[in-house]
Amino acid sequence: MKLSADFRVYLALLAVLLALPALGAYPVFVMKVLCFALFACAFNLLIGFTGLLSFWHAAFFGGAAYFAGHALKVWGLPTLGGLAVGLVAGGLLGLAMGYLAIRRSGIYFSMITLALAQMLYFFFLQAPFTGGEDGLQSVPRGSVAGIDLTSDLALYYFVVAIFVLGFLAIHRVVHSPFGQVLKAIRENEPRATSLGYSTARFKLLAFVLSAALAGLAGTTKTLVLGFATLTDAHWSTSGLVILMVLVGGMGTMLGPIVGAVVIVALENKVGDIGAWLSRVTGIEWFQGLGESVTIVTGLIFVVCVLAFRRGIVGEALALWQRRRLPARAN
Amino acid sequence: MTELFSIPLPALLSQLLLGLVNGSFYAILSLGLAVIFGLLNVINFAHGAMYMMGAMVTWMGMQYFGINYWASLVLAPLVVGAFGIAVERVLLRPLYKLDHLYGLLLTFGLTLLLEGVFRSFYGVSGLQYSAPEQLTGATNLGFMILPNYRAWVVVASLVVCFAVWYLIERTKLGAYLRAGTENAPLTAAFGVNVPVLRTFAYAFGVGLAGLAGVLAAPIYQVQPLMGSNLIIVVFAVVVIGGMGSIMGSIVTGLALGVIEGFTKVFYPEASSTVVFVIMAIVLLLRPAGLFGKEK
Repeated sequence: MKLSADFRVYLALLAVLLALPALGAYPVFVMKVLCFALFACAFNLLIGFTGLLSFWHAAFFGGAAYFAGHALKVWGLPTLGGLAVGLVAGGLLGLAMGYLAIRRSGIYFSMITLALAQMLYFFFLQAPFTGGEDGLQSVPRGSVAGIDLTSDLALYYFVVAIFVLGFLAIHRVVHSPFGQVLKAIRENEPRATSLGYSTARFKLLAFVLSAALAGLAGTTKTLVLGFATLTDAHWSTSGLVILMVLVGGMGTMLGPIVGAVVIVALENKVGDIGAWLSRVTGIEWFQGLGESVTIVTGLIFVVCVLAFRRGIVGEALALWQRRRLPARAN
Repeated sequence: MTELFSIPLPALLSQLLLGLVNGSFYAILSLGLAVIFGLLNVINFAHGAMYMMGAMVTWMGMQYFGINYWASLVLAPLVVGAFGIAVERVLLRPLYKLDHLYGLLLTFGLTLLLEGVFRSFYGVSGLQYSAPEQLTGATNLGFMILPNYRAWVVVASLVVCFAVWYLIERTKLGAYLRAGTENAPLTAAFGVNVPVLRTFAYAFGVGLAGLAGVLAAPIYQVQPLMGSNLIIVVFAVVVIGGMGSIMGSIVTGLALGVIEGFTKVFYPEASSTVVFVIMAIVLLLRPAGLFGKEK
């Protein structure tokens, strides 16, 4: 069987992922990146391939984590059961919220998602099972098929497996006839309607799929870190995931992954960068950059929207195509 | 003591007043959002940050230059409006031809940036700003104690709202604005300078937000994140009311503020979510919003 170019790139990346712990990478950090990468891929399904900007993906990411965390900790479900709870919880939340939001299109859609996200956030803040401001602490990792996941390395390969499955699911959706209809809706919704597609139903299904995968990503993050927090459910986390997709490249398969790597690394390193800038420029204000990450993320947002809308992967693809086309013309 | 539903009447009335104060802010902010959206086709996420800037400029004016409240009432909206002109010219103008999604993303980033910058200088703890002495104290109306400043906010906001209504519905400039909203290319063909009109609309909208910020400074803590939760409620208000009608925005804003106030009395746990619940119900029953037309 001959593999397509896409899959050859995927396999190379997978090989790197599998080798990373042996190369000395800190597994927990890479796992965190992978969780956000899956989250960003799920989000990209909506913004990149369907053209819907939702501000409540954090509510699925963080919300599903609460449900799954509760199932793992209080009900004592096995790890796979907890993941299934997270997936289903995300999907059901997506179904309920999506049902409301697709009643309005365009600009109102985003506003509705933001308002409903805020509502869910307040709900999680007050609900008895979330632990309020403290979050849900000490969620057990459990074991899968007899393998104990308490060691970071074992969990690492488990998380890689989840990520690969999630990514392949998204790849399948995007490259299916269903995915084509989603792209048609993104490009021209009235025309898709006139061709006989019930666009509302397609959008709702895309929404549910995206929410379910976001829920899976959030649950996986809870497994890795052992807790679920309110921050993950706040709309500022949605802002973060939007930024990941924007930086990496909307509507590309690998963009969200690249974006997640860049943004998570940046969040961790921004304090160091600030200290370095302060040393180089002699301006003391940069010292405090670590505490005001939002300045940096805000700035990246503005710059990306104004000058870098295709994102890293989008620009790379465009460059590659520009170089190939003249070669063919000769 | 008079009681209503076993709640003492003065407590009820003071929550009603607080609700009206919040409602006034909702009304002013949603008006500005609607004007901006009409002409620019951009949902200004930064509206909450502009409101915060209005309050911040008021506080800074008092702190560093000794500018009093009444002067700030005029100056701060102008400063915020001038900042709005710069934002529209430099940042938003290149985006008009693109999907409206980018306008939202840009103003979202701008919000993070503004809040981050103010936070790096002033932290997140609130700064105190006291009401001008003419408006401090309270008046005893017999059945309740009326804090003068809150009464002033409600009256001033109503005056502002009706002034905006008059400007848009009854003046030549308002006619241009409405024409530009209805059909920008046609308006341009009649010789109206639409780009300038857009700049004006943005500056006017964020100036209104700045004015709301000045009014809010003595009531709420002045702090960098004061606008970020407010803007989400305002979004819900806009979804409930629809952006089609000025009067609709004013009425919806005030009504939701009052409902929120009453919820605080009768069922405090739901007071932060009641507006969103109403939004969900409205979406189920009347998706276009109470005063909106589905385009």
